[in-house]
Amino acid sequence: MTERINVDDVTTERALDLYREMLRIRRFEDRVYQLFLQGELPGTLHQYQGQEAVAVGACQALNDGDWITSTHRPHGHALAKGVTVRSAMAELYGKATGCCGGKGGSMHLGDPDVGMIPAIAIVAGGVSVVSGMGLAFKMQRNGHVALCFFGDGASNEGAFHEGLNFAAVQKLPIVYVCENNMYGASTPFTATSLVPNVADRVAGYGIPAVIVDGMDVLAIHDAVSEARQRAAAGDGPTLIEAKTYRFAGHSRGDARGYRSRDEEAEWKEKDPLVRLEYSLLNAGRAQESTFARILDEVNTELEDAVEFSRQSPDPRPEDALTDAYATPIGTGTHS
Amino acid sequence: MSVQNLPLGKAINLGLREAMLADPTVVLMGEDIGTLGGVFRVTEGLKTEFGAHRVMDTPLAESGIVGTAIGLAMRGYRPVVEIQFDGFIFPAFDQITTQLAKLTFRHEGALSMPVVIRVPYGGHIGAVEHHQESPEAYFAHTAGLRLVSPSNPHDAYWMIQEAIASKDPVMFFEPKSRYWPKGDVDTSTSGFPLHASRVVREGTDVTIVGHGAMVSMILQAADIAASEGTSVEVIDLRSLSPIDYAPILTSVAKTGRLVVAQEAPGFVSLGSEIAATVHEKSFYLLEAPVLRVSGFDTPFPPAKQEAIYLPDADRILDAVDRAMKY
Repeated sequence: MTERINVDDVTTERALDLYREMLRIRRFEDRVYQLFLQGELPGTLHQYQGQEAVAVGACQALNDGDWITSTHRPHGHALAKGVTVRSAMAELYGKATGCCGGKGGSMHLGDPDVGMIPAIAIVAGGVSVVSGMGLAFKMQRNGHVALCFFGDGASNEGAFHEGLNFAAVQKLPIVYVCENNMYGASTPFTATSLVPNVADRVAGYGIPAVIVDGMDVLAIHDAVSEARQRAAAGDGPTLIEAKTYRFAGHSRGDARGYRSRDEEAEWKEKDPLVRLEYSLLNAGRAQESTFARILDEVNTELEDAVEFSRQSPDPRPEDALTDAYATPIGTGTHS
Repeated sequence: MSVQNLPLGKAINLGLREAMLADPTVVLMGEDIGTLGGVFRVTEGLKTEFGAHRVMDTPLAESGIVGTAIGLAMRGYRPVVEIQFDGFIFPAFDQITTQLAKLTFRHEGALSMPVVIRVPYGGHIGAVEHHQESPEAYFAHTAGLRLVSPSNPHDAYWMIQEAIASKDPVMFFEPKSRYWPKGDVDTSTSGFPLHASRVVREGTDVTIVGHGAMVSMILQAADIAASEGTSVEVIDLRSLSPIDYAPILTSVAKTGRLVVAQEAPGFVSLGSEIAATVHEKSFYLLEAPVLRVSGFDTPFPPAKQEAIYLPDADRILDAVDRAMKY
């Protein structure tokens, strides 16, 4: 049975915007998976279905000029931060029109023009990079905030400790958003940590940590807004642990043998899209036809992006030799 | 002309200061570099002059320091990181090779990464592994990084400023045994390109190439060789990646013989790379195979055995003899 979320404090228009943002990610991921199985997309995939509320709730709480870092599972973050569907899709196709010109691919989506570092796929790799961004914003006194997405697995990496400790002692304007989807690939978080929550670890750094329902976009949004305000005011970083669940496997070809179908079904009941839709319908705030229309619009946007990507040019072979250096060292080889 | 007689460490200090005066976005960060001025005192006085926000004492966390520098570089700063000792670079290896070196490529050249990582390196100070290593080759293998190493105070003064001005990340290897000997630093010239090797002694029989502290060792060997009737041309590599081959190939065309000397182990090293390239490009000009003189393929030994491990003038001269007799 679907559990309602509190929609009393949000306008219908705003709630529907959030819904559309989440649906765009959900449909993007579903379509991408199909295309991948059809052999249209090269490489590998780490999909985001189930966690949409986190990316959307968090990114919608940011201001222009704020930056994010992302992980090996960046599709949702990229779309939520403003990378266009065309630009993201073309990147997955490896096309020259993609947000990284085909040089990033699925695991390195991102675009500095929208305030997103091309994603860092080394687990916890972004946790210390975000310190530098926060330090820059602090020194520039520009009121900007850096937000770092990472997973429960990252909290076992040394880089996590180094990053949080430095940001805490320097009171940097950073919001950490931990997407605790309960598994680092196949290994349950509980098998790798004696404390049940990532947030429990944070007391050691002297900064606040908040646990929030990661399947409730409004709850995420509120928590990140508050943390953002605190960061921008010079009061230092906050860690938000969003309890969430990835509906798909860790990556392609993961049959999810390490978790029970009962557990999956239980979490599907908490689907952040279904919950928001249900809550709005239940409150008489929207009609089913509204959601049908949004779905149509999102599907149209997606098909346009697929067509755009199919028709986009591949990078030229010689492009593989450029851009390793901002100032070229020669022909792309040393000798 | 303005010439000061300075040790290499002070020359770098002066170069850092010039860069910081010229560009307010240059910030220094590292362990004990502020109040203490660094273990080797290279940043001495700079915190007092520029303030703690531009000369930052960081936690003991090399990976975190480099990660932070990456974030700073993305938002308009030119961070200069000090790694306290060569062997301490490895906790930062991940950030250097997987992020710093690759972010420019990952975003089609649109992100530049003007980060300098200063690494005191090499032997001759009687320490042991972790404190006397030559890790250059690990980084030379990674596209996206530039590597340089000055051998004398004048070059150090100019190269640190060139490195800071670079849009790409530069690993700046400082030969720690050469921190103290003084040399003339001419601060009135306009410097030279960062990636230029240089003939530091002309000769006709054998060319020897080296970098960092090895250059002074090679020059000693060249003096001895001269007294024995062999004329040695010495090239200071200065840039380890990319390698400026033109002066090397020109020299080999003249001498027909090349010895490459380095403190680092020989297996899969800069010396191996230079030997391979010179064989490919100058095969018919060579009178002898390119020979390598290097540290051994073992961990860096404790102080008492360091003299056995590190190539000295005798080992270089032995290679010269073998090249001449081939």
